[in-house]
Amino acid sequence: MKRDAMPRIPPEEKATFDLESGKYLVMWQGPQHPGITGNMSLRLVIEGDTVVDCETHVGYLHRGFEKLMERRLYMQNFPLVCRIAVPEPDFNEYCYAAALEELAGIEIPDKAVWLRTLSLEMIRLASFLMWIGGQAGAFGHGTIAQWSVTMRDYVLDLFEELSGGRIYHMYIIPGGVRGDVPKGFLQHVLETMDIIKKNLDDIELVMFHNAVYKMRAQGLGCIPPEWVDKYGITGPNARAAGVARDLRKDIGYLAYPRLDFQPLVGKVSDAYERSQLRLGEMYQAIDLIRQIVELMPKDGPFREKLPNPLYWKIPAGETYVAAECTRGEYGFYVVSDGSDKPRRIAVRGPSYTHAVSVMERLVRGVNIADVAGLMVSLHTYPPEIER
Amino acid sequence: MNELANELARRYGARDWHDQRPNLASVWVDAIRVHDSLAWLKDSAGYVHLSFLTAVDNIERKAFTLTYALRNHEKSHGLIVHCDIDRDNPTIDSIHLLWGQAWTYQRELKEWFGIDCPGSPRKDEEFVLEGWDAPPMMRRDFDSLAYSQATYEDRPGRESADPAAHMKQKLYPEASL
Repeated sequence: MKRDAMPRIPPEEKATFDLESGKYLVMWQGPQHPGITGNMSLRLVIEGDTVVDCETHVGYLHRGFEKLMERRLYMQNFPLVCRIAVPEPDFNEYCYAAALEELAGIEIPDKAVWLRTLSLEMIRLASFLMWIGGQAGAFGHGTIAQWSVTMRDYVLDLFEELSGGRIYHMYIIPGGVRGDVPKGFLQHVLETMDIIKKNLDDIELVMFHNAVYKMRAQGLGCIPPEWVDKYGITGPNARAAGVARDLRKDIGYLAYPRLDFQPLVGKVSDAYERSQLRLGEMYQAIDLIRQIVELMPKDGPFREKLPNPLYWKIPAGETYVAAECTRGEYGFYVVSDGSDKPRRIAVRGPSYTHAVSVMERLVRGVNIADVAGLMVSLHTYPPEIER
Repeated sequence: MNELANELARRYGARDWHDQRPNLASVWVDAIRVHDSLAWLKDSAGYVHLSFLTAVDNIERKAFTLTYALRNHEKSHGLIVHCDIDRDNPTIDSIHLLWGQAWTYQRELKEWFGIDCPGSPRKDEEFVLEGWDAPPMMRRDFDSLAYSQATYEDRPGRESADPAAHMKQKLYPEASL
């Protein structure tokens, strides 16, 4: 069922509406709205209860990261980069650290490779748990959010034990990670994974077999496979359309080549299938975390010695380091001119495409009540647009 | 990848191919040929994915360096295409017909750097900086500190300190005496 027929007007071709005719209504959804992810705003033009036009507005939360970073020492940027994506800061830490290491010619120890992989998979799981609460809540299913946010808190407990921080960890640093695992930590990880897996079974039963959720999410916001390359769609939004691309497999960074997994793919990338695929990726993350705990070296160095961070100059050059975050391709483009401050840093977040070009196109023809559900199903996050 | 470098050089005069690592390379083309080279890379060389488009302000040589990051999924290879444009007349061909999301990046280039892409849809609309009335903020000669001091008031009681000196004093108090 394709409830929302393909919108005829692409977002770059702006439609005009006679707003004085009384036929249309301009309505702002956000930036303060329970149905908005992050502090973002949609300017909607409504005809009856159907959206006929949409513009994405960002810039309400974080602005100027890239400019700020040009004025600071490389190491001083660490407290900044993690804040670009609050639900999963570790991807910023990894991409930034890996880019600096590549430019400076630093090789990190094997233990640090595994600990970074563990950290990234744990935060993938935490971010998905937060997302699924929002997805269910957007369709009136508040109970799921209570369960999943509790489960996320269990993962944050693990991060607190590992790094001392719950939200911003600053665990991945140039040269490796900030510390080894505390005593008993890996056992806590395994026990927490058991609890979360049991909860995911409940969520699958209650949410994905719910008739109302099925009726509202199926056929909503269909992404055809040919849009994937046309709009630069990545992550679960692309995989749900049957395009099996996953940077963890394609690039094979960190310890992922040594782990046993395959990218999950769907057939019809509508809101329902995207959420099903993300649920599958949560199970996958649990499986990967268990593999990491089993395969990780139990001892050895976890950090390479670095120069004095106050006088650390990175050799001139440029690189682009990307990783597969929960929403797709996340990357840092770093240019060094040989000084102690970056010449240019550009952050590539998947929401840049998903929340603007794709969102503006998909939302046309959708019922106003489904806008929030559609937006959450794209898993958009505005700070990585305005950065 | 040498074949690709040679083909780009033959067709579009591309130069300075550099393998940053086995799965990432960069190459330079002239600005006037950047659109055609990107179209060829997308349609004939498998670089179908535009990861991002941005600019670097090389104020010392009075140029903006544009950076187009592409990806070939089949070969698992990334390619960064560079071109320089005049900083005093920053204009470049639009690529919005090649990739559906490129118009947003080009809107950002206009707002953040003042780089114009004629024909790019909605390029003059405000993007992140609503109500911005100062020069483009990502240019190197935009003084963000002076702008902030002229635009906002300091909170009373706040002390400013040079971060490097502050950290040096904190970490190495004996050395800073």
